[in-house]
Amino acid sequence: MTLEISGLKVSIGGKEILRGVDLGLAAGRVHGLAGESGSGKTMTGLAVLGLLPHGARASGTVRLGERDLLALPAKELNRVRGGEVAMVFQDPATSLHPMLTIGRQLTEHMRHHLRLGRTEAKERAVELLGKVRIPGPAQAYGRFPHQFSGGMRQRIAIAIALACSPKVLIADEPTTALDVTVQAGVLRLLRGLCDELGLAVLLVTHDLGVMSAVADEVSVMKDGLVVESGPRGRVLREPAHAYTRSLLGSLPGAGTAEPGGPGDPGGPGAGPAPEGER
Amino acid sequence: MTRDPLARRGLLRRLPEAWRQPLAVVGAVLAVAWIVVALAAPVLAPHDPLAQDLPRLAAPGPGHWFGTDQLGRDILSRVLHGARVSIPLTLLLVTLSVLIGGLLGACAGYFGRWVDETIMRVADLVFAFPTVILAMVVAAALGASLGNAVLAVLVVAWPAYARVTRGLVLGIREREFVLSGRLLGFSVWRSLRVDVLPNVTGPVLVLATLDIGTALLLLSGLSFLGLGAKPPSPEWGAMVASGVEVFDSWWVATFPGLAILTVVLAFNFLGDTLRDALDPRTARAIKERAL
Amino acid sequence: MPDKEDPPAPRPRRVAHPLARFLIRRLLLAVLMAWGITLVTFVLTNLVPGDPVAANLGQRALGDPAIVAQWRAEHGLDKPLWQQYLIHLQGLVQGDLGTSQQSHRPVAQDLAEYVPATLELAGAAILVSLVLGVAFGVVAALRRDRLPDHALRVLSLVGISVPTFWLALVAFYVFFYRLQLTPGSGRVDAALGSAPPVTGLQTVDALLAGRWDIFSSAAGHLVTPALVLALYTIGLLTRFTRSAVLEVLGQDYVRAARAKGLPGRTILFRYVLRSALVPIITVAGLAFGSLLSGTVLVEAIFAWPGIGQYAYKSATTLDLPAVMGVGLVVGVVYLVINLIVDVLYGVIDPRVRLQ
Repeated sequence: MTLEISGLKVSIGGKEILRGVDLGLAAGRVHGLAGESGSGKTMTGLAVLGLLPHGARASGTVRLGERDLLALPAKELNRVRGGEVAMVFQDPATSLHPMLTIGRQLTEHMRHHLRLGRTEAKERAVELLGKVRIPGPAQAYGRFPHQFSGGMRQRIAIAIALACSPKVLIADEPTTALDVTVQAGVLRLLRGLCDELGLAVLLVTHDLGVMSAVADEVSVMKDGLVVESGPRGRVLREPAHAYTRSLLGSLPGAGTAEPGGPGDPGGPGAGPAPEGER
Repeated sequence: MTRDPLARRGLLRRLPEAWRQPLAVVGAVLAVAWIVVALAAPVLAPHDPLAQDLPRLAAPGPGHWFGTDQLGRDILSRVLHGARVSIPLTLLLVTLSVLIGGLLGACAGYFGRWVDETIMRVADLVFAFPTVILAMVVAAALGASLGNAVLAVLVVAWPAYARVTRGLVLGIREREFVLSGRLLGFSVWRSLRVDVLPNVTGPVLVLATLDIGTALLLLSGLSFLGLGAKPPSPEWGAMVASGVEVFDSWWVATFPGLAILTVVLAFNFLGDTLRDALDPRTARAIKERAL
Repeated sequence: MPDKEDPPAPRPRRVAHPLARFLIRRLLLAVLMAWGITLVTFVLTNLVPGDPVAANLGQRALGDPAIVAQWRAEHGLDKPLWQQYLIHLQGLVQGDLGTSQQSHRPVAQDLAEYVPATLELAGAAILVSLVLGVAFGVVAALRRDRLPDHALRVLSLVGISVPTFWLALVAFYVFFYRLQLTPGSGRVDAALGSAPPVTGLQTVDALLAGRWDIFSSAAGHLVTPALVLALYTIGLLTRFTRSAVLEVLGQDYVRAARAKGLPGRTILFRYVLRSALVPIITVAGLAFGSLLSGTVLVEAIFAWPGIGQYAYKSATTLDLPAVMGVGLVVGVVYLVINLIVDVLYGVIDPRVRLQ
């Protein structure tokens, strides 16, 4: 296991949001985390990197190799953030700074974490933009986020996340804010990068269609607890927990559809109407 | 037809939270104290505020705790009586600007088109001047008197309410419960009164509370410039002005200035807390803490 | 498999066109407002209940209808109001603001003499307010709901509640009269003479001339009035910066920056302050207006020879042409400041600069 979450509890103002979450992420595997709004999926992702909102408290352990991220001093945690564990957020329209160029946002953490020079960082940034299939990467480098479409922006956000060659990528609803037509492209990109770079990916989503398209393992959350976990095929085909069954039942044409393989974009976007998590 | 109950009761519901803030308590106590002073000044004041029967420029001491001015008047009595001049006028001023600005803003937002254009361009014009300068220009043009000073402050104060009310009305006008009322054939006036008014009251009241301080500062500033209250009147700004001539007798200017400061501070403390109670973001933060 | 996403239309990296268009629109708006300002001052001048004839002619002349009629004709008062306004406007364009009843000199000449001193004072005050107000606001936001936040909240509320004219008097009394820490009134020690005027700002002129003695004297004279003037705007900017920073701190891109492991300093300066700057400069523009207002109340007490003191004297003697001149000039200065704020938007925010 590259990243192991165990007994993770989070409370905000005395209210328990997570009540003991256990999850394991392995290199080269996509772990899907499903559940409806308010079940704590997003909080789980944020807690790993200590990005919880003002006033939240976390306990339990998040193991990355020998270290427990929850117990790490701020300075060392900052080295893990972006360097070893990276994150992609739901809405690329808000997760990129509107007043800074793409290039700036791509290179600043490389220069900080990897101590690259200006030109080296720029070279790598352009290469990354090409890798996430931004047309004309060299020109894109000097542009601002508002000059790109939503799908492009999410690709850029993925490029930013991958810039320092992290081992773990947490993707929080990476396709929810996108048009259905561009979701498939972004998911395919994520899957491909996971296979190619040996990333351990935590894919947080409420969309079981997305899940069936790319995840290797699936965990289902409800009320701050993981209620079911296992290989995608088993969880989606023979759900053991009643809640998973009801989630699947809410999918149009559920139960009969055979989930597609990892290389097959399947039918993402067929899930319940996207509803903003936050 | 449904009304939006949350929007209407939002402020009231969050009010108890606001009242627990120490700043609000201090502000409320100070404000009530000054209103009591304004009501009871004749009883509280040890001397006649206009009588020139004490030694001139006497330092604070027994018998005249705030000292006396260059005409031998008791400053404590004048400061207490000053509350009767400044506080009612300020409250009247703010009430009038709320009514005028609110009405114009509501019309602008509700009717749109040229009504909106005309009113808002005039408001823009007022905003193009720094307030004291415009108020000074207006007061000078009208002639120096307290009434004209009030009018001058009114001229610069109403556009703020017009803008806020217009924005709120614009937001509400398109909502279902207003549209459905209009479709049911209720009059414009009724829909303004029944649907729109309750929803804009909260924010406008908060703005008004904050504006009491600004209005008093402006009004006393105009008097300080000699464009407001006439000499024997115990108006605070004019009293500070008379202290300039004898600034080594520090008490002449200090106490009326402190009076202005405490009144303005009281309403700013209150208004600031109320604004936090109204602001949804901050309100959410308060709720998060309380959970 | 090709992507369904549409690539952004090819366009040059920096387009001058939208920015130029934006600026031209703002400029036209400013000209329109300037015209509105002249209308306001003209209407106000004509509101005066007192007859200008009575104010300008002696008692004896008033008794003679021929003289009165001649005077009215000379000053265009026999023409309809709209013609009077056009004449007035024509005068304004030629820099004629009327004649001060107090100094018996053209108002324009008076103002030209006094404006630099006020700009120096207001400039120093806005500088101090921006530095302190933004710093305080940032600290309050970062230490939210803790002691520094509460303390700064009370402090800034006190700052916006103090009557400026009274504070000026208290500061003058305490620091000059009692403690003798600060130089008294005026802009510079008369004994030192003055540097050759280049900009009209004493401190800058002294530096340009290399006269350190004059510079330190001028700066010393500037400190107290500038701080008194700035207190209100410091309070204003502190409150505003706090809420602007809090708003930005809650944005996704700040969380994304934290997820990238950037040092706190980088996040604060590059991510948070940059966004917060947009609302902050808006308020700074408004704050400059209140500074200009404040000069009327402060300059008189510090005997600072600027338009504030001129306005004070004109107001107390009801010298209308002078008061209107001040209103006009300050209105236009304020307009220019707001225009600068608009340009700054374009500089800070690429979304304004590049459509």
